[in-house]
Amino acid sequence: MSTAGPLLTVQGISKAFGGVKALSGVSFEVPQGAVYGLIGPNGAGKTTLFNVVTGFIQPDSGGCMLDGTRLTGEPVHRVVQLGVARTFQNIRLFHQMSALENVMVGMHTRSRAGALGAVLRTRRVRDEEARLEAEAHALLERVSVAAWADHPAGSLPYGLQRRLEIARALASSPRLVALDEPAAGMNASETASLSELIVKLRDDGTTVLLIEHDVRLVMGLCDRVAVLDRGELIAEGTPAQVQRDPAVIEAYLGAPAEDARPASHAEGDTALGLPGVA
Amino acid sequence: MLGSIYALVALGYTMVYGILGLINFAHGEVVMIGAMVAISVVLAIGTGGLPAPIVLLAGVAVSIPACMLLGALLERVAYRPLRDAPRLTALITAIGMSIVLQNLAMIAWGRQYLSFPPLLPNEPHAFLGATVTGTQLLIVALTVSLMGALLLLINRTRLGRAMRATSQSPALAGLMGVDVNRIIMLTFMLGSALAAVAGIMIAGYYGQAHYYMGFMLGLKAFTAAVLGGIGNVSGAMLGGLALGVIESLGAGYIGALTGGFLGSHYQDVFAFAVLILVLVFRPSGLLGERVADRA
Repeated sequence: MSTAGPLLTVQGISKAFGGVKALSGVSFEVPQGAVYGLIGPNGAGKTTLFNVVTGFIQPDSGGCMLDGTRLTGEPVHRVVQLGVARTFQNIRLFHQMSALENVMVGMHTRSRAGALGAVLRTRRVRDEEARLEAEAHALLERVSVAAWADHPAGSLPYGLQRRLEIARALASSPRLVALDEPAAGMNASETASLSELIVKLRDDGTTVLLIEHDVRLVMGLCDRVAVLDRGELIAEGTPAQVQRDPAVIEAYLGAPAEDARPASHAEGDTALGLPGVA
Repeated sequence: MLGSIYALVALGYTMVYGILGLINFAHGEVVMIGAMVAISVVLAIGTGGLPAPIVLLAGVAVSIPACMLLGALLERVAYRPLRDAPRLTALITAIGMSIVLQNLAMIAWGRQYLSFPPLLPNEPHAFLGATVTGTQLLIVALTVSLMGALLLLINRTRLGRAMRATSQSPALAGLMGVDVNRIIMLTFMLGSALAAVAGIMIAGYYGQAHYYMGFMLGLKAFTAAVLGGIGNVSGAMLGGLALGVIESLGAGYIGALTGGFLGSHYQDVFAFAVLILVLVFRPSGLLGERVADRA
């Protein structure tokens, strides 16, 4: 974690769907270079918040800033250009395109070759294409999907599709990567290698915003955590602080916690570290 | 020859369908406008002083941008506001735009046939046992190279990748940083440029153009696109060529087959018989697996 100012500022976001208040006045800041976790019970509004940050839906009030630039109100493709990339809770790939091409589509904002150049296939265009292709290969390598580069994305095994989605998100060289439940449906060893990958991302300077149900993963991985419950931010802080917070324990267990355990215990020992609590 | 023109026009239908799920029935009219603009330019320059190829190129040079502009305008004014409307609404709008363009052309160029000056070589050559003219060879060669270039564009470039991504999921493409509106507009412009070329070819080949010429041509190219599998670019090419061959052979042999009862002026019957047969027996077309996926 660096000492620089926040990369992402979420300010007073509210969003209602019909009569349901999905988010009410949520504010927090994601520091530069952090892995920032967003947790909460089902229906807490995590994914809605994700959709607001990535420009997929517009909030009723409030807004997000990326390093001082306002994201809210910009069309989706602009948000990507400004440096926010995401993955989805339900994998969304271009199934009929190859894994490599999926990554190359993700690079769209970074290449400039115009329509005319593309038709004429100028040297610059060909050089750029070759460079992008090499880079896409490197990204596949990084998430260990390289062996499947030429297969249609839809034919990849589930765990690899998730990793491919991360590679595609990274392809736009984002400043902030938003991962929506990347470990969903993964087994223990897949989850372990995923968390290695996330640590590697952070070490390379990418800030990560992470929604995850696997509390153990979140607590072990994140520098800071925000907890949502029924659309409201009920706690924010380091994993140790959050784990001690009575409001958090109540939200998860539905009962007042009389004996919140000290955070000095190993993560697996705390109430929130119990598998299946999420 | 005829088939390659169908193929060029069918590409416009199929690209727009692939990306928007819309049958742009005004596409035939774009072909017509392309022909009309080219004729106007050629007549304005006159065939006196300059060599024929230069006059022709001037017509092409004006007609293609004009059609691209028209395609962009159609997309922006007629179709974009209806992007989220039911398909039927957009379809009816397309038919409406087709009628509007026909009538505008009728007002601008009149109801009579405009004749295209004979700028292209028309003396017959023997070629592999058939008789062809220079114009026919030129048309086929040009079509084949345009189709090759289009395939390269779609499969090998950034723009093509963005187009394919948009056709699979516009929302997801947007999340990848693709400006979806821009891609859709470029698709219309690309299709319209091909339509302009097809319009000039027809005008040059038959030596005439007419405000109503886009209607039948559009329907046949649509048939070709359906035959190939609508939404599938290679399918449109194949469908166009196949339809051209079916029509020519059909027109040539219909007299013999019916004992002289029906003549070659029944050639249009074949295109629509093909359309009906395809829709009944193989609605996804020859190469149309993707349409099956979509449903």
